[in-house]
Amino acid sequence: MCLAIPGRIIAIFGRDSFSRMGKVTYGGITKEASLAFVPEAIEGDYILVHAGVAISVIKGEEARKTFEYLDQIGEVEI
Amino acid sequence: MNCPVPLSDYPTVMMAHGGGGRLMQRLIDELFRAAFVDVQPHDGAVLDIPQDKIVITTDSFVVSPLFFPGGNIGNLAVNGTINDLAMCGAKPRYLSVSFILEEGLSMETLWQVVRAMRTAADVANVAIVTGDTKVVERGRGNGLYINTTGIGVLEHNHVIAPDQVKSDDVVILSRDIGRHGMAVMGSREGLSFESDIKSDCAPLSAYVQDILQAGIIPHCLRDATRGGVAAVLNEIATASKLQIDIRENAIPVDEAVRGACEILGFDPLHIANEGCFVAFIAPQEQDSVLDILHRYNPQAAIIGTVADNKPGLVTLETPIGGRRILDMPAGEILPRIC
Amino acid sequence: MKYLDEYRDPQAARKYVAAIKKITKKPWTIMEICGGQTHAIVRYGIQNMLPDEITLVHGPGCPVCVTPIEKIDKALEIAARSNVIFCSFGDMLRVPGSSKDLLTVRAEGGDVRAIYSPLDAVQIARDNPDKEIVFFAVGFETTAPGNAMAAYQAKEMGLKKFSMLVSHVLVPPAMESILSNTECRVEGFLAAGHVCTVMGIEAYAPISSRYKVPIVVTGFEPLDILQGLYMCISQLEQGQTNVENQYVRVVEEHGNRLAQELISKVFRIIPRQWRGLGEIPQSGWKLTAEYEDLDAEYRFDMIDIVQKECSECISGEIMQGLKKPMQCPAFASKCTPDHPLGAPMVSAEGACSAYYRYGNE
Repeated sequence: MCLAIPGRIIAIFGRDSFSRMGKVTYGGITKEASLAFVPEAIEGDYILVHAGVAISVIKGEEARKTFEYLDQIGEVEI
Repeated sequence: MNCPVPLSDYPTVMMAHGGGGRLMQRLIDELFRAAFVDVQPHDGAVLDIPQDKIVITTDSFVVSPLFFPGGNIGNLAVNGTINDLAMCGAKPRYLSVSFILEEGLSMETLWQVVRAMRTAADVANVAIVTGDTKVVERGRGNGLYINTTGIGVLEHNHVIAPDQVKSDDVVILSRDIGRHGMAVMGSREGLSFESDIKSDCAPLSAYVQDILQAGIIPHCLRDATRGGVAAVLNEIATASKLQIDIRENAIPVDEAVRGACEILGFDPLHIANEGCFVAFIAPQEQDSVLDILHRYNPQAAIIGTVADNKPGLVTLETPIGGRRILDMPAGEILPRIC
Repeated sequence: MKYLDEYRDPQAARKYVAAIKKITKKPWTIMEICGGQTHAIVRYGIQNMLPDEITLVHGPGCPVCVTPIEKIDKALEIAARSNVIFCSFGDMLRVPGSSKDLLTVRAEGGDVRAIYSPLDAVQIARDNPDKEIVFFAVGFETTAPGNAMAAYQAKEMGLKKFSMLVSHVLVPPAMESILSNTECRVEGFLAAGHVCTVMGIEAYAPISSRYKVPIVVTGFEPLDILQGLYMCISQLEQGQTNVENQYVRVVEEHGNRLAQELISKVFRIIPRQWRGLGEIPQSGWKLTAEYEDLDAEYRFDMIDIVQKECSECISGEIMQGLKKPMQCPAFASKCTPDHPLGAPMVSAEGACSAYYRYGNE
């Protein structure tokens, strides 16, 4: 399952690790999300948010892989 | 403009404001008639209607919260009824307004709503000519509910309705979708988010008058309110016994509306609008209609066509080139986790 | 929107479809385990773009759909109580129990609220100290970090009137259960990318090698799914049975360790009933002893409620890929999204609802 949407962190607040929160923007709207499980995330990072909780930081360098893979499997006539 | 009822008297609505006595008379005279100057002190209104054909429609408004970005229940109640008249090809002329007020509603709030109604009526050049007020006990209403009934005149002899839609018609959307529903959603407790999304609540009568004045008779017009564009297209496909095929990529959706729909798991095609309509137009007139609509909103677009295929079916070409059935939304739109 | 729009690119999609057509020689049956993927497949019309040889079956990966009727009945009973604010994810509100759903309880006067995040339920508890706040903590592994966080925060804040009705399920045991069925026709899997984001992918190698199936951890956008399918079909055609990761931009081998730590503090593994599938060993979570005082089933004395499922519905076979929704006699006649008989018709991404909603031309 699970609806999880990439958003960009625009502010971080909260004291200890488990109350660490962020303001996250998704294409023009902003909502708070828990950053407790992504301590490495900094402002400007894209994170994957499910039900108001960040579960992963999106790795920009890996994000091209889907397109590189398409190039690798060769030109296909369409 | 300040609230004309002295707040020191009764800053909130009392049961007696609906009781038929002096307090109710003061509310009508000093608040309602201060804004609704065309209302005569009588049980009904005598109207001057030169045309043979009039169009009448009625609608009730129960939106919560009462105020949302881009509007409030007042201008929504005026524009909603004006738009229903406009979609029938009529020029809106008169409105009746019926309030159900909850005991305890602040007079200031009521005044803001009434003032917004007056402004909306002025913009659309319609007169609010008669009305009614009732008060219910505290806890039995959501602040206030409004019913409006509208009368418009038909200045032509054409029928503009779902059963006039023809095969090969093009489907034109007047602007981007989903703003009203998401503006209301964003200001509700629980699912709120920060955004600059404003309701698209607006009168559509001028658009329609411009189209008619250009000598174009649209086959059908429909504002995409509750249930969104998906519901409207399904209703028209069923009523016209034709198939409608649209392209998702052709449908403009604002980035913020899209973001909100993504995180809550909504389809923008299911989200309510209050100032957006679909027009079914003969193909040779599509450019003229688009030109007219573009004067109001550059996002107006051709989103699909009508075919004499499976009656009642609406299909959608997906952004990646697949095709699927576009169904009515089922009931209340609820946020998903999965 | 970055990281969404590029994965919906029509030209790249056409290239992937062409590439899939090029390598597909034999008929293959592939299950996408996750309801989110089912949703994307149907919403983007992916099935119809694929060669006829490829059959996609929609797995039990919707926690809303597999929540047993007994749990729903408990939710209905708790939510109807006068001093309770019952908080639930929106898609759970329409799931039918044995007599009604949570929306009906709300209409009858229950305070039932649709929330976006488990942490919203904690906030509601802080704002309403006199009320019993019950959060319907459903979900797969993806939702567990948030649900565990809600429990943790409520305890830290000393919110004595906060409790959770837990209905958590685990994906790998369900995959094993499907594969161990002798009638199983599934030859390859797309594993649920967001579940793996939390839990990692280590659990899948033993399954892949024991049942000799390729498993591709896959994302949720159309290009993710097409790439996942390409990788899976490519393995099937070459006779390989490996675990591969398509969703590398978010899924790491070990998953999210911090999330796993909190999950294991708050939840422990138990056998669990799945609506339509029956009991699957080691396939659910309940609160650990440390957190048991938050368990709404104890707090509201619900332990003894037992309820059987409706027999007309073939949802179990649908979720195992043994049948398609259209093969159910009740599909689109007795059973529709407005009047669902079985769970897969309820959630927007339940297999039956997805077929009803978007159909196949």
